[in-house]
Amino acid sequence: MLRISRDLHDAIVAHARRDHPDEACGVVAGAEGSDAPTRFVPMLNAARSPTFYEFDSTDLLALYKEMDANDEEPVVVYHSHTATEAYPSRTDISYASEPNAHYVLVSTREPDSTEFRSFRIVDGAVTEEAVEVVDV
Amino acid sequence: MAIEVKIPTILRTYTDGSKSVEAKGDTLSALIDDLDGSHPGLKGRLITDEGALHRFVNIYVNDEDVRFTGSLETQLKDGDTVTVLPAVAGG
Repeated sequence: MLRISRDLHDAIVAHARRDHPDEACGVVAGAEGSDAPTRFVPMLNAARSPTFYEFDSTDLLALYKEMDANDEEPVVVYHSHTATEAYPSRTDISYASEPNAHYVLVSTREPDSTEFRSFRIVDGAVTEEAVEVVDV
Repeated sequence: MAIEVKIPTILRTYTDGSKSVEAKGDTLSALIDDLDGSHPGLKGRLITDEGALHRFVNIYVNDEDVRFTGSLETQLKDGDTVTVLPAVAGG
């Protein structure tokens, strides 16, 4: 299960809405081993595409150095789908390489409602999990 | 000639959980061969059967993405740091 604060949930949705119709992406970092997402890090989609996303390679290195220095890991890796459901695509599955991360998918295909779902993706196997949004 | 290689979580199964290991080589290609000698299987996760850098990983020498510095032919020297990171991407 993913437990995430209302603020972080809303920040992810707002980022996805802002970048629509392109896909938005980012991470929420948290203390290593805590499984608690705390630090919102929106990333640029270097692909600037409605069907693909990719962290810029220089930004990716900077992000990992920063997390390393803070003893953090990417607790949540999120991106949006802008015309399809919030479910990992074949490409998402082939790239997924953080076995400890919650992969959050947001769909902005409906203008008035936003799907927000979370998955584990390990060795190509997708498992959906419950999302608990906590008001703090 | 010792070069520090930083290993991402997903590949630490090849390094007994170590976050960083040492290897040697004058080029990235030679370094990866050396790494594969001490950590068998690692090469296959970095390089395709055709001998190109895998699109699922990014490799940096110091802070430079090797795609911009000659890919597998990137020259290495003593004291360099090589960082391997999985690409974060999808559709």
